[in-house]
This record gives sequence, C-alpha cells and structure tokens, in this order.
Amino acid sequence: MVDATIARISGPVAVAKDLEGAHMFDVVRIGEMGLMGEIIRLEGNTAQIQVYEDTTGLKPGEKVINTERPLSMQLGPGLLTSIYDGIQRPLNVLAAESGDFISRGKMIPALDQKKKWDFIPVKKNGDQVSPGEIIAEVQETPLIKHKIMVPYNVSGELVDISEGQFTVNDKVAAVKNGKTTDIGLSSWWTVRTPRPVLRKLAPDQPLLTGQRVLDTFFPVAKGGSAAIPGPFGSGKTVTQQQLAKWADSDIIVYIGCGERGNEMCEVLSQFPELIDPKSKRPLMERTILVANTSNMPVAAREASIYTGITMGEYYRDMGYGVALMADSTSRWAEALREISGRLEEMPGEEGYPAYLGRRLAEFYERGGRSIVISPEERQGSLSLVGAVSPPGGDFSEPVSQNTLRVTRVFWGLDANLANRRHFPSINWLTSYSLYMDDMADWYKSNVSKDWIELRKEALEILQKESELQEIVQLVGYDALPEPEKGILDTARSIREDYLQQSAFDEVDTYTSIQKQHKMLSTILEFGKKEADVIKKGSTSAKVGALESRGMIPKMKWTKEEELEKLLNDINSKMKQEFDTLSKESSN
Amino acid sequence: MANVSYKSLDKVAGPLIFVKGVDNASYGEMVEIKLENGERRQGQVLDTSQGLAIVQVFGQTLGLNTTGTSTTFLGETATLSVSDEMLGRVFDGLGNPKDNGPKIVSKEKFDLVGSSINPYSREEPSEFIQTGMSNIDGMNTLVRGQKLPIFSASGLPHNQLASQIARQAQVLGAEENFSVVFAAIGITSEEANFFIKQFEESGSLERTALFLNLSSDPSMERILTPRLALTTAEFLAYEREQHVLVIMTDMTNYCEALREISAAREEVPGRRGYPGYLYTDLASIYERAGKIKGRKGSVTQLPILTMPADDITHPIPDLTGYITEGQIVMNRELHRANVQPPVDVLTSLSRLMNQGIGEGRTREDHRQLADQLYAAYAQGKDARALAAIVGEGALSDLDRKFLIVANDFEKKFVHQGPNENRSIEQTLSLGWDLLAGLSETELTRIKPEFIAKYAKKTSTGGTNKSE
Repeated sequence: MVDATIARISGPVAVAKDLEGAHMFDVVRIGEMGLMGEIIRLEGNTAQIQVYEDTTGLKPGEKVINTERPLSMQLGPGLLTSIYDGIQRPLNVLAAESGDFISRGKMIPALDQKKKWDFIPVKKNGDQVSPGEIIAEVQETPLIKHKIMVPYNVSGELVDISEGQFTVNDKVAAVKNGKTTDIGLSSWWTVRTPRPVLRKLAPDQPLLTGQRVLDTFFPVAKGGSAAIPGPFGSGKTVTQQQLAKWADSDIIVYIGCGERGNEMCEVLSQFPELIDPKSKRPLMERTILVANTSNMPVAAREASIYTGITMGEYYRDMGYGVALMADSTSRWAEALREISGRLEEMPGEEGYPAYLGRRLAEFYERGGRSIVISPEERQGSLSLVGAVSPPGGDFSEPVSQNTLRVTRVFWGLDANLANRRHFPSINWLTSYSLYMDDMADWYKSNVSKDWIELRKEALEILQKESELQEIVQLVGYDALPEPEKGILDTARSIREDYLQQSAFDEVDTYTSIQKQHKMLSTILEFGKKEADVIKKGSTSAKVGALESRGMIPKMKWTKEEELEKLLNDINSKMKQEFDTLSKESSN
Repeated sequence: MANVSYKSLDKVAGPLIFVKGVDNASYGEMVEIKLENGERRQGQVLDTSQGLAIVQVFGQTLGLNTTGTSTTFLGETATLSVSDEMLGRVFDGLGNPKDNGPKIVSKEKFDLVGSSINPYSREEPSEFIQTGMSNIDGMNTLVRGQKLPIFSASGLPHNQLASQIARQAQVLGAEENFSVVFAAIGITSEEANFFIKQFEESGSLERTALFLNLSSDPSMERILTPRLALTTAEFLAYEREQHVLVIMTDMTNYCEALREISAAREEVPGRRGYPGYLYTDLASIYERAGKIKGRKGSVTQLPILTMPADDITHPIPDLTGYITEGQIVMNRELHRANVQPPVDVLTSLSRLMNQGIGEGRTREDHRQLADQLYAAYAQGKDARALAAIVGEGALSDLDRKFLIVANDFEKKFVHQGPNENRSIEQTLSLGWDLLAGLSETELTRIKPEFIAKYAKKTSTGGTNKSE
C-alpha cells in the first residue's frame, strides 16, 4: 500500500492521491503540519479536500492521513460558557497554548478533559431504559443542569451507574441488552447529520425578546425561524446581539460566521458581564459562542454553522429552549461559493453553487419545537435567527431569496431608517411574521384580550401614515385636513416613542411584554382622544403643545417598577387637558 | 525545495507563468524569475501540483519568454525584514528602498500574510481618537484599533480629509508613541507627493514609513503593497509598542489587480468579474487592524477607496463596508455646495463609536446628542426635498425649524477649515447650538436630564413649550 500524499494545492482546496478507502466527508490531516481538512469529492483514490486552515507552505508530496471519521464533535458538560472556532477548537485554550495569533495544525479537545463533574444519577441500576431517556444530571453552570441521555440506538437494563465525580471521557454507566454498551459523560456526533426528534409541534408560543418592534409587530415563535436581511450599517449585528442578550430561551448559541474580529471581541467581552434579567446570573452561563471571523480560514467558516446547530440540537434534546443566532449566513454562503469555485463546479446564480438553496433549507429545517426522542413526553425547541447581508442591500440576490423561502419571519432592515438613526431599523411596512395567527391565543391569555386589536390598529395607523406622506409630498403638510394631521401625530408617536428603542440605554434596552402593552395602549389612547377633540374643532398643533404629550416619550426611559406611577400621571393629565380642550373647542 | 532552478517556462498568460517539471513547490512560496538579459523579477506560487506550478509575477511580464527565462524557487514564503529604521523611509511597492537609502537589514523577518488574531486575544477598541473634525468626533467617532474606510469618488477631496486626520489625530491625555504607515496603491505621483508634502509640513515624516506603488508601477505589486504596510504596522504596534495609523489608498486599485489575476487564472467570477473570494481576501487585509490584550500598541486603519460611478453598492465598497467597522462617505452634492469636507454624515457610520464615547471618555450626553442631530438632520433634509416641490412657504412650522437645523448642520458643523482643529467640547457645544431652535418635545432622543443640563436657550423661542 502506498502512503497517501498531496498532489495539488490551490488556496483552501487540496488534492490527495492514493487515499484508499476514503469516504465522503471524512476528516483528514494533511501535510507535515497536520492541517485539518475534509473530503468533499472523490474520484477513485483521489480526493479533493477542503482545508480548515491556511495552506501557505504546503507542498505536493507531503503526507495525508485519513482519520476515517466525518467531522464530528464532542458533546458533554463544559460546552456552555465556551468560545469555539468553526471546528470546535476552544479559542481561549488555543490562545493560552499558541499565543495571540492562531497557529496552524493545533488539535485541542473541545471540552476540558481534566475537569471532574458531579454526576448525580436519576435512574438506578436495574432500571429499563430506552433511547433518549435521561439517566443522570450534572450541574453544568448555576443556571443549567446538563442531562445525560441514553444514546439513540441503545435500550435495555441500566448497570454500573453510581454517583461520583467524572471527567468527560469517563464511562458513567452501561446498558445491558445481550451485549453491553458503555455510556460516557460525553458523546460524539457528526455535525452534518441532524439529531432526530419524534415529531414537531405547532409554533404557538412567542419567543419574547424585549424588543418592542419584534414582540409587538413581528414576533417569532419558539422553534420558529427568522431572517434578518439588511445592508451594512443597518443594525443587523446589534439586533442579533440584543436577541442573544434578552430572548427568553434557556440556551443561546451565537455564531459569528465570517464577521469582524473586533465585533466578536465585543461579544466576548460583553456577554460575561451581562446579567440575565430573570435569574440574575451572568448570561454567559447559558451561552455558547462560535467565532470564526472573516479572516479565519474559509472552510472552517463553512463548518461553523453546523458546529453551532449541532450543539443547539443537543441542548434541545435535553428539553431546553434554545435560540441560535447566525451572523451572517451570507458569509457562510460565500464560503460555499469560494470552495465550489475552487472545485471548478458549474455555478448557479451569481456564482453560487446550484445546491445553495438546498443547503440553506436543510439548515433551517433543523430548527423547530419538537417532542424529542425519549420515553417520557419531553419538549424542546430550537429557534433559528439568521442574518443575511445582501450585497448593496438588494434583497433579490440568491442568499436572501433562498432564505425567505424557508423562514416564516422577515425582519427587513432598512438603510433609510438606519441613516436617520431609527433603531432598531426594522421596516414596519415590509416586515412580516407568519406566526401571528398561531400565537393569537397565547397573547390573548397571557398579555391582554385586546392585544391583537391594538397591534392591528397600530399597524393600520402606520400604513395610513405612509399613504398620507405621499400626499404631503405633493401638496404640503399645511394643506392636510386636521383629522389627517392627527393621524400623522399618532403615527409619529408610535414610531418615536414606541418603535425606536435604544440598545445602549439601561432601561430602554429591554421592555417586558406587559410594559409593551401599557405603552402601546397609552399611545393609542392619546391618539383616540386627539381624534375626538379635532372632530370637535380643535387642532393638531394645540394637541401637540399639551403637557401630557410631552410625557409620553418618558415611558420608555422609565423603569418597570416606576411605570405605574408615570402612567397614572399621564392618564390624569391627559384626561384633564383633553377635557379643557374639548370645552374650549365646543364654545 | 530551496533554491532549485528551472530553465524554462511552459506558458505565460497575463501576470501568470506556468512552470513545468516542478514537483514540490510549496503553496505561497516566493520565486525569483531571471530573464535572458539578466533582469530579475519576483513571483509567488498560486497553485502547485506535481509537475506544474503556477506563479504570479510581481511586475510586468514584458520580455519574458518560454525558452530563456529561468525560475528559482526560493524555499520560503513571502516575508519582510523589519526594523525601527523603517520610519522616515520611502519604499517601493515591493518593499525595496526608493529613497537611495540603504536596504533594511534585520534579523526580524515577518510573514507577509499574517496569521489571524485569535478573537479571544483581541482587546475591545475603546480609546477615543480626537481627530479634530466635528463630523467624525461628534457623529462617527474613531477609536484606536478600528478600521474606518473613506468611501470617496473621483474628484472628491478624500486625500485632504485623510491627511487632516493623520495630522490632527490624538488621544486625549495621552503622550504616546504614534507613527504612520502609508501605502500608496496605484495612485498618481501627484497624489503621493501631496501626502509626502503634508507629512513633511506637519513634521511627521520621520515617524512615517511610506510604501509607494504608483499608477505607472506594475499592477501585480499592488497585491503585496498593503500587506507590506500592514506587516510593518504590526511590527511597530506589537513589537515596538507604537500606536500606528495605516493609510491605504486606493483600495479600488488593489481589487482591480486581484480581478486581473483571477481573470488570468480563468476562475469563475462573482459579481462584476471580481473573484468570488474578494470578501475573504479583503478581510485578510482589513482584519489586521486591532488591539491585543496585554500588548501596548495598536493598528488603526484608514483605507481610502473610490466608488466607481459614485455607486456605494458596487462590490468593492459593499464588501468593504461589511468588513470594516463603519465608513465615512463623501458626497458630491455637498462638495458642490462647498461643504468641506463633503462628508455625508447620514450614510457614514462608526460601529465602534459607542465604546469610545460617553462619560469618562468624551461626555455623558454624546450618544444621545449625536442621535438627535442625526434625526434632526434627516428630518431637515426631508423638509428640504419637500420645499423643492411645494415651496418653503408651504412647509409646516416644525418642518421649517428642522430645515434650519439641517442647513446649519452642513454649514457650521460639518464644514470646517483644513487647519481647523476642534476639541470634542467645541464639537459637542456646536451640536447643542444647532438644537437650540427646537423645543423640548422635539428632542425625543435625549433624556430630559441631559436637556436640562446642556441645552442652550435662544431668545427666539427654543425649548419653549407653548409655542
């Protein structure tokens, strides 16, 4: 048998010859440095390999070793709070071992191999167990209990289980069924294969984010999928980060895919300091970060979203609600295009490979709210939010279009809004959420009976505003009749006092759904009263000068516990002032 | 395969040569090409397989032939000898001295294609750089370790802006080593001379290293020029604790050189003929800005690019904008209206602004004041568009007030002389001056406590609730 060697190198793609018995997507180590790569095309004994690290300095003739295992990752306690690159190498350990610049050919285990975890069985020896059943728990962080599950294809009698301290590589139990299968504290999974579930459920609960424009107008369901396309500078990344900070899910997986180094650094330095509003613990204790910045190797960028989603699925299987943010899927698609180009494949639209749509659909299909595989009814959800960066802000390009086909929520970021610093710059006219009907009942029973109506009313006013704006463009504002001016006032109030939300203000950054309801009803109430007095002969200018009008913007800066007092003040002031106006006008 | 020579070429196509019979050239290896007349040129391996190496030639392929040209594979990837002596010197686009000075001899050799900084080792850029320009300091603040490109177009004064920033930039309350690395990529000698003169006049030439690839120099050198500049910058920043400002102009020429190679290799093109990996390639340049935990220096980048036909959606500005932390956009209309520098504040952005401003850095009200100015300026511009149709008389009172703010904003705030160096206090105070004409209910972006503390009242109403 001849040893496998490199035959050709071109950028991130290498060709190996004499690679016998190789399978598609097997991971190989190439060259003297042992760079990691993955087989993406086979012809006889010749394999094309995408290399996850920079190939500078590799030579034809250097050796290639097949690990004979597809790209897989270790799943177990210690994933949370970690920061990985696209192929699950912990960046903090990498920095400690090889310095500030990423050096090549380093293999570092994803999980701390030495740390001993307190293993607490919930099942005992002799119990009959089935696939997916939870046999033990490990307190992974103060927030999250890590559940140790029976592998998918194993069932039988549980043996050798006992409380104790174990490392991730230790055997913690076994299952006897004719033959004996060991269960470790951690397990392995191939990242390109979705983890199976029993069945998927209807998306009828919202994933609350504390962001008013999202929760009120365009909510995404738990287990749902959303796309945020937008040109650069329109606030995609801030929106994603706000979601990661405030979404009411148990676990957050944040994938920085081909993004800026300084931005990832901001995430890395901010997340550990952020405190979860409910548990008062650092958010990092429920977060996994995957950071593959734009200058890190392109093939690892391609792998990063699979690395991220596999970890998400793993926690979903434990019964947690997981929210995954991928910023940005366009960079992932570009990685796909770059590798496809090096393989000299026939391109589809704009040079993207013909399988772009399929790959995107497969990715989003891995989300959902599901009954996971387990003898007891266990629910978990995996919500996916993908940022898309369309070139030139043009949504007709292939990545945006293929994403919109498979996601049900569209948060359209608008450069015009961003330019005038209306943040979050989500356009209320073009965005949509197809989950609203499924979730109406939830809102009615958990927020308020009039919620759906309020939302509809507010959207109608905004719609009306855009029509009126066209008229204003033609005839001027002064030529508008007073009732129309009143509508413009209310629309402006909705835009400025409600939809605009500062991610950087302590109070404004998060608004509970209850506060949202109170704010929106106050604004609309003011609008109704305005319409009333205008009918009686008053003017929009007079209403605009009211003291209560000036109090409405204060709502968003007011802490939730002080809100009640402010609302009482606004309401009584409003009542008094409008009564006076209405008397004046009718005289 | 150190120093193996090959007597013949198989093919020359555009900037590429194909060398047959090479068995193990390494990817990225440097190559010396010797012409029949003894002239030497440099190249680099772009694609290597057993029996064939494709080499990109830096410089022109004039005079190359397939029989008499020999190639020597040097056995090392591209490196640059770096030393303190580089400051005050002028080099060509390949790093050779251009000022009749001696060659840089040093034991310290740095890889031209730097490894990526581990995101975990990065330090969050947060030191406010006062450029003395209101439109930048006030609205789109620059911080140390940031990469903030200037999106310009032919005929606009981007060079003046860049040189003014280079002259005035300082970190408040800090006396530190500051140096400039300047990379000219395919610009005219006039433009290059302008910069050199500016550096000379401000006395900063001795702390500046210049790499000049002029428009008459071979386009293939342009692939190396920015990397030489950044390798020098990284050396100065991380080994010599300097704060380095890197000015690279014009990145559009760099991208065009990249397209030329891609076309010569017959690759499948992405948008407008640019290679599909343009994003990744640009990222490998821009991402070399930053700061590293535990190291004193920093690399701040100020790339300049000209947008073909003023089109911001063109692949070059578009991909750049997705990589860099914001952009400063120059606008032809403002230029015509004689607003200098003609920076369009609305489409400009600094993503790292929030880290660099606020209490303890600039002032507590900075963020909200800037937001309010943005909103007011945008509204005023809308009013201006409206007035163009219906006449100024038909505007509402409110619109008229915003129109005044917008006009003043351009004339007093953005407009400033080439030698006018405004402190951040002056800039913020100027901002509040502009807002004085608006009443408190119109200042929706600013917390009431800041309005109470900083707002300026005018005699003609302003902050008056009962107009």
